[in-house]
Amino acid sequence: MRQRPSFWYAAPAFAFFALFAALPMVLVVFLSFTSWDGLGTPQPNGVDNWARLADDGQAYDAVGRTAILMVVSWLVQTPIALLIGVWAAGRQRSRAVLSSIFFLPLLLSTAAIALLWKVMLDPNFGVTQALGGPLGDIQFLGDPSIALYTVAFVITWQYVPFHTLLYQGAARAIPRNLYEAATIDGAGRVRQFVHITLPQLRYTIITSSILMIVGSLTTFDTVLILTDGGGPGTASRIAPLHMYITGFSGFEMGYASTMAVLLVVVGTGLSLLVMRVTGYRSMNSQQEGA
Amino acid sequence: MFRRSRTRPLIALVAMVAAVAACGTSGPSSGGGGPFKVWALQDPVLNPIEKTSIEGAGGALETFGNDPYKQKVRVAIGSPNAPDVFFNWGGGNLKEYVDAGKIEDLTPVLDSTSGLKDAFLPSVLNGAKIDGKYYGLPMRGMQPVVLFYNKDLFTSAGVQPPKTWDDLLKLVDAFKGKNIQPIALAGSQAWTELMWIEYLLDRVGGSEVFQNIRDKGPAGWKDPAVLEAATKVKELVDRGGFGTNYASVGYDVGGASTILAQGKAAMHLMGSWEYVNQLGQSPDFVKNDKLGWVTFPSLAGGKGKPDTVVGNASNYYSITKSSKSLDAAKKFVSTALNDEKYVQSLIDAGDVPAVTGVKEKLAKAANSQYTTWIYEQVEKASTFQLSWDQDLPADQATKMLTQLQELFLGKITPQAFVDALAQG
Repeated sequence: MRQRPSFWYAAPAFAFFALFAALPMVLVVFLSFTSWDGLGTPQPNGVDNWARLADDGQAYDAVGRTAILMVVSWLVQTPIALLIGVWAAGRQRSRAVLSSIFFLPLLLSTAAIALLWKVMLDPNFGVTQALGGPLGDIQFLGDPSIALYTVAFVITWQYVPFHTLLYQGAARAIPRNLYEAATIDGAGRVRQFVHITLPQLRYTIITSSILMIVGSLTTFDTVLILTDGGGPGTASRIAPLHMYITGFSGFEMGYASTMAVLLVVVGTGLSLLVMRVTGYRSMNSQQEGA
Repeated sequence: MFRRSRTRPLIALVAMVAAVAACGTSGPSSGGGGPFKVWALQDPVLNPIEKTSIEGAGGALETFGNDPYKQKVRVAIGSPNAPDVFFNWGGGNLKEYVDAGKIEDLTPVLDSTSGLKDAFLPSVLNGAKIDGKYYGLPMRGMQPVVLFYNKDLFTSAGVQPPKTWDDLLKLVDAFKGKNIQPIALAGSQAWTELMWIEYLLDRVGGSEVFQNIRDKGPAGWKDPAVLEAATKVKELVDRGGFGTNYASVGYDVGGASTILAQGKAAMHLMGSWEYVNQLGQSPDFVKNDKLGWVTFPSLAGGKGKPDTVVGNASNYYSITKSSKSLDAAKKFVSTALNDEKYVQSLIDAGDVPAVTGVKEKLAKAANSQYTTWIYEQVEKASTFQLSWDQDLPADQATKMLTQLQELFLGKITPQAFVDALAQG
């Protein structure tokens, strides 16, 4: 009988997690009950920060924007990534070449992507201006009612390749005999997709959705660079950015920590909720007899 | 077969923990006797000059980018890794450190070193004066905010640069009629918008209004002059003064400066560094004498004097109280900053040092037309108001910049702007 590996093999991972995830989280919870401007020692102030958060209109707005960003990115990314992923799992002639092109954004760093789009959408010298026409009149980053959706678009452009990769791998793992049986039964491609591919990809959809949801909650660098810190005004100031500005421009570290704790709680809560609702934890096999 | 080994992973773990522990203690440790540490902002032009002067005094220079610098200083001051001397903006920004008891009082140094106090322009030296004591000495040029304009556009439109606010409004209409953006504004960054309301408040209500806000707290925003200045901002925006797409134009990427140089916009309110910027980015524009500059317009009926300036008076070197090389650091700031060679290098780099009596030196150096003008502006200015975002405590400054952007975007009314700020 094969023995399970010793606990020691997990120790490095545990040590890293304790040092770089658990410990900072404990410190942030502590700071959320203090007032600290970054100088001197944090002064405990009870639940002042939490009372302030409950009363902070800007924080509510920021959370609202994060929610919009989350829903929009999920709604847009999931179908695109799913379709491209399933397609890329096939054996078409053009597949390899096109897939490599689709995966290009995955090779670029977030900062590079944000700068790239910022320059392309520049209101004076951008590509949209060079193209002219009605496109040139749209203020993609300058119109407060559009900016957040531009951010969602750039994030989609950046992350679709990653989720495509997930779906491609999962779609490849679907046993071919399911499709062969369906073909014999006379099912067309659409029926095969709806009745075999989608159910078989169920757990991949859940995994990818959780990654997107948690990812949207923590998105930060793209927005920081793309809209110069949540602009125009506060139009794209999402919750993590609001936290960053409070903490590292306003140096209200205590209050910023309160927002951080809220984000951790909401993020953990959401992913637990998704897992519970979808039955992800039971991990039932979709394949009979396996 | 799978062989269990207890020792190997253990060794790996120990090695890893040791590596992590090493990370925690890395970074320069300041012991007595070594060179004193000076922290400054990254600047390709100034850094070599600073380095020469610092190393000549037995110190060592470390530089950082703008935003990381502010955060790094904040965290380091008061920790064992604090620099001995650090670059700052004076004003309320420095006051936070002074109030926390982290900064060495330099008044005794100024008093005991003969001629040192008179070596600097008083309005600039006062930028680091807090509660009657001096906590920093100016270490580079003055950066007042100036109204730049494109001479070609003014000539072809047959108009003169504005002397009064009404002139400016007429110019806005004139350039709009010619389909030229009247004023360039890098509105994605709030500090560019800040310059407009700083000058307007100075002209409307005089420099006391903001000093009152800074010294007595947010209730000072309720002064009627603030509402009037904010209303004037809104009028200028609504009149089309800044065109339609300023909200996503950035200064760092050169957006606003380029449209001025290319003749797409006629005017640009910016710090004096804009000249050096234009010289680098659009050399022909400057060399062919197409770049003009004037004082911010005066305002009929305003209480403020027309000769005040706003901007960054200078940058300062301050000394941390916990420094282990206090004497060396004090000797450095008291001798190196008005050193003739240092001042001359600053002038050669296009800076306008805040040192008294350099007008003749400026006249002999390159770009003298511009640098002597800047020097005179500051020399005769009755007040030099530091940029508000540097003069207010960080939390208030951050809120103020947010509200200001909303005002420029038309998301809030001037009254709502005042109310939001007065709330603190």
